[in-house]
Amino acid sequence: MKLNRIGSAAAVLTVAALALTACGSDSPTASAGTGASATGATSGAVSGTLTGSGASSQKSAMEAWKAGFEAANAGTMVQYSPDGSGAGRKAFLAGGAQFAGSDAYLKDAEIEASKQVCGPEGAFNVPAYVSPIAVAFNLPGVESLNLDAPTIAKIFKLEITKWNDPAIAAGNPGVTLPDTAITVVHRNDESGTTENFVDYLAAAAKDVWTYDVSGDWPKELASENAKGTSGVVATTTGTEGAITYADHSAVGKLGTVNVKVGSDYTKISSEAAAKAVEAATPVAGRGTLDMSLDLKRDSTEAGTYPIILVSYHVFCSTYKDQSTVDLVKAFGEYVLSDAGQKEAATSAGNAPLSAKMSEAATKSVESIKVGS
Amino acid sequence: MTTNALRRQGSKGQAGDKIFSGAALGAGILILITLFAVAIFLLIQALPTFSANPALITGGEGFVSYIFPIVIGTVIAAGIALLIATPVGIAVALFISHYAPRKLAAGLGYVIDLLAAIPSVIYGAWGYLVLAPALVPAYQWLAENLGFIPIFAGPASQTGKTILTAGIVLAVMVLPIITSLSREIFLQTPKLHEEAALALGATRWEMINMSVLPFARPGIVSAVMLGLGRALGETMAVALVLSTGGLIPSLIKSGNQTIAAEIALNFPEAFGLRLSELIAAGLVLFVITLAVNLIARAIIARHKEFSGAN
Repeated sequence: MKLNRIGSAAAVLTVAALALTACGSDSPTASAGTGASATGATSGAVSGTLTGSGASSQKSAMEAWKAGFEAANAGTMVQYSPDGSGAGRKAFLAGGAQFAGSDAYLKDAEIEASKQVCGPEGAFNVPAYVSPIAVAFNLPGVESLNLDAPTIAKIFKLEITKWNDPAIAAGNPGVTLPDTAITVVHRNDESGTTENFVDYLAAAAKDVWTYDVSGDWPKELASENAKGTSGVVATTTGTEGAITYADHSAVGKLGTVNVKVGSDYTKISSEAAAKAVEAATPVAGRGTLDMSLDLKRDSTEAGTYPIILVSYHVFCSTYKDQSTVDLVKAFGEYVLSDAGQKEAATSAGNAPLSAKMSEAATKSVESIKVGS
Repeated sequence: MTTNALRRQGSKGQAGDKIFSGAALGAGILILITLFAVAIFLLIQALPTFSANPALITGGEGFVSYIFPIVIGTVIAAGIALLIATPVGIAVALFISHYAPRKLAAGLGYVIDLLAAIPSVIYGAWGYLVLAPALVPAYQWLAENLGFIPIFAGPASQTGKTILTAGIVLAVMVLPIITSLSREIFLQTPKLHEEAALALGATRWEMINMSVLPFARPGIVSAVMLGLGRALGETMAVALVLSTGGLIPSLIKSGNQTIAAEIALNFPEAFGLRLSELIAAGLVLFVITLAVNLIARAIIARHKEFSGAN
């Protein structure tokens, strides 16, 4: 019994620690909507608590923004719960969060629904976080490979099963490709990274990739998988001949694929990703503030890297009182500013928005005003 | 007088008695309420799944065909875990209680208890970073030499992230539960029984076989059932270790999925009907665990009469 007691004491401690950490992540939603404690109408000085919820892809960037914003504006607090894009949009539409982070922009029906909490002009999306998704592989001695979209699609569709397949060799003269089997590793949790990657395959290789685009990997394709970005990267790193897709900042020493765009191969980089965002076209039929983007995955413009994840911030066009408006605007502008984008890029390794894009987005945020 | 003193003491003790029985009753009721509340929560949240159009359920063929493969996957993983952990756990417990020198036994018992305190995410990380790659050659050997048996059908996984690896990780996780409980039970074997067996000329193994094991049987069963509960409900370790997929008989290919891992992997981004599906899956797991526990109770109750454990 005595021996057991030590063990159970340790177990109790573990449980207590778990309970404490659980509390830590719960609290943000508790104080939703307590943004109105401004001490005066002096413009510029903002204070209060800003509550957001949404995409986990923005998590590390959001931590940088939160730190930078709170340091610059004493008396403010930003709380963001990375519950997932869907949960974030839902919380926002229910009035539980003042802004949402989402890997997909609000659909028309959601904009319509947002009028309940945001007033007659509804909510709008601005791009805030851009991250290039690398197609990464583990082949000792090979740092990069040139592949076009149909070849990538065929690899992930398990139609090309050896690294020395002629289709791979064709774009890579001079590279010695081994006779190793290709092991495809995909995410087994639902993810915005998966959604953007398969969206690229479906757009740029539509003859090969005929599956539905969603955050889940197609069920028909049985291959290796792992949980989260860290999981797929670790599994790929540990398996010779493996290939996966993951946030560029996370792939470590793995080789990366240069994707064929037009007649050239584009190496993955923040600049190439930002260029792809710039080349995107606004979604038609949206309000003047909205900056939802239709990414041109099958673009042929040289120098763009089409496999990117664009995550949005969703704001109301009007909020109920001035102090909330000031707070939201200050935060939104900070995120889009040069400083904010650089801060995020340093800690999250994403691609900063281009100057043109952030200027346009800032204009949208600036027009947030008080409404009923 | 003495009787007076006794009565006075008795009346004094009555208040304490009442408080204590009240507290115990409260605790008992509380646990029932908790269980009931969890069941109600699961049921209410899961309801939309059962009334939804079957085509809208993940997989497109209704809830039963969605849940069936992962129920089987859960059972397979837990089964592998118990198949490995039960004999090892009992052997370790016997070693500690009846074979090891006193000092070694104390140290070993402590280490085993410590295993139970390691968080499951650590087991998971160890499973997919260390154990899975290490098992790849073994799986390849199995596929080449025993591939004709469906459970070892090849080609073996290149990453080692299979249901067999997940089962082995689970086995390590349930081992301390089975060992700790069994050890306590073995130590409670009446000394007289043991000495009587030895006096009759039994060897140590015969003594264990004749007096310790029969006495401990219900205890072992409940230890195994407790371990099974942990194996069935284990989330993080399986989510990290297993390369998920559809239901397949081969244990050394990537594939299969467990309920707990399915929930953990999909919950963060789920909403609407998908969320209710996952909660319905949780309800199924809840029912399975409840059934397992009821069966265990029944087994223990039946064996009690013969063993003299009561």
